[in-house]
Amino acid sequence: MSHQIEPTKTYVTVFASLIGLTLLTTGVAFIDLGPFNTVVALVIAFCKMLLVILFFMHVRHSGGLVRIALVAGFFWLALLMGLTMSDYRTRTWTPPPQAWSNTAPPTHP
Amino acid sequence: MPEPHAEHAEHIGLAHQFEDLSQQHDADTFGIWLFLVTEIMFFGGLFLGYAVLRWLYFAAFDGGSHVLDIRLGAINTVVLLGSSLTMALSVRSAQTGNRRALVLFLTLTMILGGVFLGIKAYEYHQKFAEHIVPTLDWAPEGEVLARLAPGGLNHAELYFFLYFAMTGLHALHMIIGMGLLFWLIRRARRGSFTPSYFAPVEVVGLYWHFVDIVWIFLFPLLYLIGGRY
Repeated sequence: MSHQIEPTKTYVTVFASLIGLTLLTTGVAFIDLGPFNTVVALVIAFCKMLLVILFFMHVRHSGGLVRIALVAGFFWLALLMGLTMSDYRTRTWTPPPQAWSNTAPPTHP
Repeated sequence: MPEPHAEHAEHIGLAHQFEDLSQQHDADTFGIWLFLVTEIMFFGGLFLGYAVLRWLYFAAFDGGSHVLDIRLGAINTVVLLGSSLTMALSVRSAQTGNRRALVLFLTLTMILGGVFLGIKAYEYHQKFAEHIVPTLDWAPEGEVLARLAPGGLNHAELYFFLYFAMTGLHALHMIIGMGLLFWLIRRARRGSFTPSYFAPVEVVGLYWHFVDIVWIFLFPLLYLIGGRY
């Protein structure tokens, strides 16, 4: 493995971008975008994460082994989040079977 | 008795089970990445709890978020990003063999970490003053109560439980990181690191950047819920 030495300028540029994105995400919180406020905040956070991972954590120059570990980590996090949230969010889609609620009629919005 | 890797003995920091420093460096880096993957899942459980509860009790999370000081959160984000810059420059100084710069940047990283924890401690102090610490001191009053009441006080307590659990676990990681930095500074001053052997600096750096990334998500998720317009 070769140790690529980044110029100091690269790190300072990445840092300036990170500060810019922090100001942007704070500023956007004061503008009404409806449900997109959360989406924008998460997209900006994701971009900041990518900058840190690729440049500060040197993944730009890393080998396949490190990349596989990284992707696997996020894959498992996506499973954790995706499967749990799909359960919670779909529970109210169908009424419970009649036999389960013999005593009281099902109440659904 | 013939010693196959006798010539390696002169390398500072090479453990006997590795062929050379390059192989050792790859193993060290891969090891810390595997650890960070377990850390993703460690914090992931809390983020999952956050996602479920925020979805169920959005009004309470909205109210709780408005009680936090957005300025302190933003300032701490900048401080922590600054510490990541100095950490990246520490690794660079180790790569170029500049011992003075290495010690300087490691010290700066530690100072910025200390500033972050100081601001965090002040925020915790505010929470105690406002009586919005779940279980220990939960009796919101006045303006804070007016903010929290619409979403339900019990659900607001859940928000603050997550606030303390997530920022607390993050702060614990920072404290451990600062301990590691202290150890690195001592070794760097003794001249333990060379352009071919700096894996400890690199490994602590990766850990530090990971902790930074956790905060990059905590800031919008805890401080910026529901907008400030």
